[in-house]
Parts: sequence; C-alpha cells; structure tokens
Amino acid sequence: MTDQTVRAPQTVTRTPRTRSEGEEAYLEVNDLHVQFPTADGRVQAVQGLSYSLPLRRTLAIVGESGSGKSVSSMAILGLHDRKSTWISGSIKVGGKEVVGMSEKDLMSYRGADAAMIFQDPQSSLHPFFTIGDQIMESYRAHHNVSKRAAKARAVDMLGRVGIPNPSRRVEQYPHEFSGGMRQRAMIAMALVNDPKLLIADEPTTALDVTVQAQILDLIADLQRDFGSAVVFITHDLGVVAEIADDILVMYGGSAVEHGPVEKILGTPLHPYTWGLLESIPAVSGTPGALHPIPGSPPSLLAMPSGCAFHPRCEYRDRVGGDLCATLKPELIPRTADLGRTSRCHLKEPDKVFETEVLTRLP
Amino acid sequence: MTAATTTAKSGVRSMEGAPLLELDDVKMHFRTKGDGLLARGTKWVQAVDGVSLTVQSGETLGLVGESGCGKSTTARLITRLLEPTAGKIKYQGVDIAHMSERQLRPYRREIQLIFQDPYSSLNPRHTVGTIVGTALRTHGMVPKSGELKRVQELLEVVGLNPEHYNRYPHEFSGGQRQRIGIARALAARPKIIVADEPVSALDVSIQAQVMNLLENLRSELGIAFVFIAHDLGVVRHFCDRVAVMYLGRVVEEAPRDALYEKPQHPYTQALLSAVPDIAVVRGVPPKQRIRLVGDVPSPVDPPSGCRFRTRCWKAQDICATNDPVLEEKAPDQTVACHFAEPPVESIVAEVV
Amino acid sequence: MLFYILRRVISAISVVIVTVVVSFMLFFVAPTDPAGVICGPRCTPERLNDITKSLNLDQPPVEQIVLYFKGIVVGRDYTSGGVTRHCDAPCLGYSYVLGVPVTDLLAKAVPVTLSIVIGGATIYLCFGVLIGTIAARVRGTTLDRVAVGSSLVIGSIPYFVVALIIALYATFLPKSQYVPFFSNPVSWAAGLLAAWLCLGLTNSASYTRYSRASMIEALGQDFTRTARSKGISERRVVYRHGLRAAMTPVITIFGVDVAYQLVNTIFTERIFQLPGLGLRILNAFNQYDLPVLMGGVIVGATVLVVMNLVVDILYTVLDPRVRLG
Repeated sequence: MTDQTVRAPQTVTRTPRTRSEGEEAYLEVNDLHVQFPTADGRVQAVQGLSYSLPLRRTLAIVGESGSGKSVSSMAILGLHDRKSTWISGSIKVGGKEVVGMSEKDLMSYRGADAAMIFQDPQSSLHPFFTIGDQIMESYRAHHNVSKRAAKARAVDMLGRVGIPNPSRRVEQYPHEFSGGMRQRAMIAMALVNDPKLLIADEPTTALDVTVQAQILDLIADLQRDFGSAVVFITHDLGVVAEIADDILVMYGGSAVEHGPVEKILGTPLHPYTWGLLESIPAVSGTPGALHPIPGSPPSLLAMPSGCAFHPRCEYRDRVGGDLCATLKPELIPRTADLGRTSRCHLKEPDKVFETEVLTRLP
Repeated sequence: MTAATTTAKSGVRSMEGAPLLELDDVKMHFRTKGDGLLARGTKWVQAVDGVSLTVQSGETLGLVGESGCGKSTTARLITRLLEPTAGKIKYQGVDIAHMSERQLRPYRREIQLIFQDPYSSLNPRHTVGTIVGTALRTHGMVPKSGELKRVQELLEVVGLNPEHYNRYPHEFSGGQRQRIGIARALAARPKIIVADEPVSALDVSIQAQVMNLLENLRSELGIAFVFIAHDLGVVRHFCDRVAVMYLGRVVEEAPRDALYEKPQHPYTQALLSAVPDIAVVRGVPPKQRIRLVGDVPSPVDPPSGCRFRTRCWKAQDICATNDPVLEEKAPDQTVACHFAEPPVESIVAEVV
Repeated sequence: MLFYILRRVISAISVVIVTVVVSFMLFFVAPTDPAGVICGPRCTPERLNDITKSLNLDQPPVEQIVLYFKGIVVGRDYTSGGVTRHCDAPCLGYSYVLGVPVTDLLAKAVPVTLSIVIGGATIYLCFGVLIGTIAARVRGTTLDRVAVGSSLVIGSIPYFVVALIIALYATFLPKSQYVPFFSNPVSWAAGLLAAWLCLGLTNSASYTRYSRASMIEALGQDFTRTARSKGISERRVVYRHGLRAAMTPVITIFGVDVAYQLVNTIFTERIFQLPGLGLRILNAFNQYDLPVLMGGVIVGATVLVVMNLVVDILYTVLDPRVRLG
C-alpha cells in the first residue's frame, strides 16, 4: 500500500453483519465509578457505568469531551494512576477482575488479554525507538522468545496490517512513517499478542478522511481474523454507523443510551442523542438548519442534580413535576423493545422522535 | 491600473466591477534546508502551487482537502500573513500580494481571520474586553468613549453575556472562546472573513452552535467567507461554492450541490466516498466506496504531471507527462483531470 | 554526517579565529600600553623597548596578528634581553612575567582542570539524574518534597560557601592536591576528591530539578501510556521509555554546562589549591600577564566550541528524528 499505482478501482462494499445473540460476554463492566480527587473537589469522571460485550462484536462508545468515554476505557486496562484515582465497581475481562488487580497481575494482563490503540499515533509511539523495537518489546513482554523470533513476529504483524516492505520498515523510526502507517504500526503492536479485547480510543480522529477509511477497514478485517471484541471510542457518529454493532452514548460520566447501532442511530430515544444527530451537518440528503443542543456540557466537579442532561434538555417540561431535576433516571428499556435501554423520564420517546425530531433530520 | 480605481476614505482602493477577492495563479514555495556541504540539497516545499480562486461579495467559498493540501497556507496568503512567491492576490481588483505592511493596514481591517484553536489565539493575560477593544482601537472603529459599549454589543452579537467583558479567556469554554475570536474578527466590520477550521476543535453539539452563529452573521451582515475545513459535512452545510485542493493545487471547483452530487475529479469522488455516512443506519443502502491507497505524497517532491496520479485508479501514461489544467466540464464546474466524468453511481447516499 | 561534521569544524575554527582576533585587538592593538603594563612600575626605558620589540608592538596591528597566528601554526622565536627562545607550535605567546612559553603553562594547567571537571560533572550528572528521576516517580509524596526542597536549599547556597565548608570542615577527606592520573591514578582520585564533591554537590541540585521536570514531562507523554498498556514493568516504563526521552534535554544542558565549568573552575582551584586553568588565568590577570590571558581566551573559546559540537553530534545519537544537515 504505497504510492504504487493501482489501476483497478478499489471499491469496497460493507455487508451488514450477521448477529448471533446471547453470546457469552468477554468484557463485563459493572457499576464502574472513576473519580479523581483534586484540590477543587472530586471529579466524578464515570458514574455507575455498566455494559457487556461478547467476542467478535464491536461496541462504540460515543460522547463529547468530559463524557467519561476515555476515562472508562483506560480503566479497563488499569491505566489510571492508583494514587490519584478512586475506582469502584467491577470490570471483568475473560473472567478476570481488573478493578483492584495487583500490579504484577496487571502486567501479565495488559497487552495479552486486552490491548489499546490511541488517538494520536505520532505521540503514542516512542520517538527514539524503532517501530520494530517497540513491537518486539510488546511481544517479548508476554512471550519468552529470542530477539530473532520476536523480530520475525514483528515483521509478520507489520505485513498483516498492510505495511509494504515490512522487513525494511521494521528497522525504521516512527518519524519515518506517515500518519496512516504509524496508526497501522500501532495496531500491529496492539495485536501482536493476539488479545481478545481491543480498545481503540479515537484511532482515526487525527487522520485524514481517506486514511481514516483505510484504518476502519483494517480494524474490521483484523477483528474478523482475530475474533476479538472491540471497544471503539469516538465522537463521530458516521464512524459509528460504519464500524459498530452496538453503541453506548455517554453524557456527563453516565451511559444515557445503549443498544444495537441501527436502533440507536435509527430511532434514538434519548434527547441527548437527538441533539447529537441534529448537530451533525450531513454529507448527503437535503442540507437543513442545524438544531444544536443549547448550553455546554456540565462540569464534572459540580454535576447537575437528577438527570445530568436536564439543564440543556428541551423536553424536560414534558415530564411531570421537576422529576428531571431531582431524580436520576435508570438506564432501562423505555419502549416495548427490550434489546435497548435509555436513561430518560420522557414518556413514549419513540413517538416524540418520529413526530418531531425525525422531520428535522436531513 | 487601467480601469477606474477609487480610493475609499479608509485608504482601501477598489476597481469598479472587480470581484471582492481574486487569487490569480498564486504560488507559495517554502525553502527547506538541504543536507550536504554548503546546503546544496536545498529543496522547495510547494505548499501552494498555482491556485486561482474568486470570491464575490457576500459569497461563501469552501476549501477542502487533506493535510498538506495547502488550504491553511492559502488562508494565510489571503490574509497576507504570508507574501506569495508568485501570483496576484486582488482585493476589489487591487493587487495586495506584495504590499508593504503600511500599505496593507486598511486592507487588514476588511479581511479578517478566524483561527482553529480558539485558546492559543487569545492572549491569556488580556480580558475579553481588551481583546475585542484592541481590535476596535487598532482600526480606529469607535471613539474611546464608545468602546465599551461597542465591545458589549459585539459580545451580544456572538451570543456571549455582555457583562463578561472583564473576564479572561480561560474562564470560558472552548465554544465560547471561539465566539470571542469571532467577536474580535467582527470588530473591524470586515467584508470578508477567512475561517481556518473554525469548528474542528469543538465538540459536536458546540460545533453546531458556532456554525449557526456564523450562518446568522453571514446572512445578517452580508460578510463573504472563505471557509476552510477538512470536514466535508461542515463545508457542505456552510458554503455556496466549494474548491477541493490536493497537494497545493485546486483539482475541482463547483457550486456546492454539483460538487457533492456529481463530482468529476477522481479525488473528489474518493474523498466523498470515504466520509462515513450516518444515513446508512436509516435504511440507506451502503454506498459504493472508493478506497485510495497510501498517503498523500510529500509536497517537497510532488509527482510529475497530475499530482494525484500516484493514488488514482484512472491514471494513464498521459497523467505522468501532461499536467491537467482546470477546465469547465459542466456549467460553473471546473475540473483538473484528463479523465473527468461524473460518477456512475451516486457517490453520496441517496436522500432518504 | 561526515560533511556536517566537517562543516561544523570549519565553522568552529572560524569562531575561534574571530575570538582570537577580537581579543588580540582588545589586548594589544587597542590604545592601551601593553608593554608598559607588562614592564611594571619599576620600568626602565631599555626594558620597555625590549618588551615592545619582542611583542612586535612596534609593528602595524595586522602584522602583529599575522605573526601571532604564524606562531600558533609554525612556532616563533622570542628575543628578550638579548636571549632568544624558541617557542614551538602551537605557540600562544611568551609570558614575560613567568619567563615561559604560554603553551607550556596552559598545557600543565589544562589536565588539572579537566580532571576536576570530569570527576565533578560525573558526580553531579549521576546524582542529579538519579534523585530527579526518583522524585519524578514519587511526585507529590514527602520523599519528592524532601528531594525538591533540599535541592533548592543546596542550590541557593553560594558555590564558594560550599567549597569553603568542605575545605574547612571535611578534614577527613584526603589532602587536596594534584597528582597526574598516569603517575598514580589512586592518588589522582584521592587528591581531587574534595574538589569533586564540592562541584558535584552544588551542581547536582540543578540537575535534580532539570531531570525531575524533564522526567515528569516524559512520564506524562502518550508514549509512556502506550508503554504501560503493553504490560511491561513499571521499572521498564520509567527507566527505558521515560528516562530515554527525559535525558535528551538534560544532556544538552550538560554539554554546554561542562564547557563553562572547564573555563570557570577558578573558585574550586583556588580553594583547593589545584594548579588548573582558572587559577592560571586568575594569576595572569593579577600580574597583567597579557600573553597568558590571551592563551586562556583561546583555550576557553576552543573548549566551548568543541563542546557545542559534541552536544550536537550526541543529540543525533540520542534522537533519531534529528538529522544533521
């Protein structure tokens, strides 16, 4: 995949995924709380997050900055500093409990059972070590093999993520790679130990759109080959529509809506999800006026009472009394459809969406 | 100047009937130091290499392209933060490309810039009132006594609380800071605003708020915009016309709908097809997508002939030898490609 | 790379030449009376004449500089009081006060200074980086505060006070003296120990702070997070990934710093009675021994220029992103 010319038009058609229900969860997050005590008070970054994810499925966690999407995913790898973070609840990966895991167990777990790729491949790779060095280090952390064997594995992995001429590239430094190639190398490094869970934290946000498309294809292909579960963190609903099976929408540290992607993006039930959809200028359809959510996201130091979204919600008047301001709604099924949940007091949200919101969407 | 030029009170000259802004074969080559004794290998980065654009009064032109395509350099050329290597930058028919800083002064007032990063472009030690007030004072917009009133007016126009004029940038959120940047640009009552990725650092919900603000300003104040973004949805939403750039050149320029529905340049087609489209989940069949291979080549040593040919599936021998020029392939739609044609199928998903 | 070094060496030499010319003009060509100064208060007209002649002060300035450079390249003869002495290349002049060629004088002094600085610098670099790294790892704890606090205290005591305290109270240390390394390495080290400790202790404070800040920055980088996510030990994360990145700026400071130390060890040499370069220059200064001062300037300029070159080359080894050119 270099600048060599390819004469055939490369077109890809994404086929809808087949879904097998009732699979055993590989990742189970239960009532996760993450807080950072600071001089100004306790930052409540994640508040009672629960979800599960089986192998071979992709969950997209969507939210804006400060929603807790990255913080919760860092917790899955136990990457928060113990001294300055307060974590409670449970995160089970392949049956292992990660919350409270000893440093020694974390070492053998990280990278082997679960691995992570990050937003900015430029800063996430060490500038002073070769790509090969960095991949080999990952591999040798979990496999007792010779340097030569580890290098062979690194070359093999670089080839699998579509880096041309891997035996030469393995000796190069990150700055000799282009942005897209760096992210491919990051993916190779994450998958070198064949982890069953891959966490991708905004892996394409720093990339150009044509390169983003390549990386999304690559992640989808590799997931099929490796049979792993993928948690894909993003703020881009277009990317979600393209890559995810399930979606979890986060706001102010909590999940506000969770379910299969066609349902959540097709007929969302939470006013925040509506607001997101109405904020996105589409590349297709009739260009209409944007209908942004008023106000700004809440401060994690002073969360609003009741529903965290209520100060910005246009529909709170339709809920009786001041329920929205006093009682935090549960994340439960709100309609006859039991395969999805949302956190909102609003009655018959499906009707509200169909009659009011949908007409405003492009 | 052969045609009649008039000089306004502000010192801005203008030629009758000329478009508001016109770039004529503008080039910007940066020098990079080469290696070797006596720096023999000095190379030129062709950041912008022969760009011609026209913006009429009140019109919005979008510039899209990937990193390294030269769109931000173009923004800095239009605002004359850079002096072009070659070509003309005509404002109301008068070439400002090589004007001295003193000559430029009145033009600086009429051509304003909004930056991507609202935080680093605001002086953290100055209050919002000072930031906006300085812009007023620099261009002598209002007498000293009326300054505070005008600052507060401007803050209100951009949707900020006018009472907050004595606060510092760090006390505002990202979206609010971008509003401050906009207020500062508006202070000079510009005729054209160059907005370089003005919303890309913002969260989705805040981005929509700022987009709506810009939209209102444009329709109420009649300001022309050169709107630079990598987000094709944002550009489609905001712009009347769109120019697609690749490696320092404009490869296609067309009215918005023509560009998004019937793109003719292979690069535009690939770019549009690469954008993940949320409409898929609402029952729209998945689109045919074109996958480009590799990354954008280096602007230091761009491919010969057509610069896109190394990634183009239509490329033939002629593309390596003959540099395609921008030609009108459809009404008002210019394309620089030997094999330009509309896509067989619609590139973007059908309307639901 | 080779071209780069060549180019840098050429530019280094030209910097030294410019320094020589400028100092030469300041000392000898400027409207001062160097011969009179050298001759001293009890000067006879004959002696003054003699000095003026032997320093070529009676010749045009350009000629003087040419002769001086010629001396550096091929050596020259000095005639004084009817006696002619040959001064071998590189000849930096002739000290009338001491009656020896400047080159010989400096050649004896430089190893002393070099020994002091190498030992001291090794101590402060190792010590400072170690404490700084540990402080960064345990940032915010009592240990960190103690490390930062004591480095601030030590750093704010004037250097000569520390030197004096060591010289006066640390009497259990071996007697301070200079024994050439090649004649007896043990005595060499023992004799320099007090000076090393003094230099090491005072300077380690600032290296603790540099290293701590640099390390904290490195540990906050995305690549450190990546390293942790691989499942390697925290020790490896800190010392392989963190330290490697953190050391680059520290080494840069270190290189330039060592160069300055070489030229500025006057206090250490004076207090510990070590006949180094600094002491030599100080004495020359007191005795108006202009040729020696000139020599000192040349050696100093050369050291600075060479160290800068060394740092730049070292940088490319440390950071693969830096390509010379």
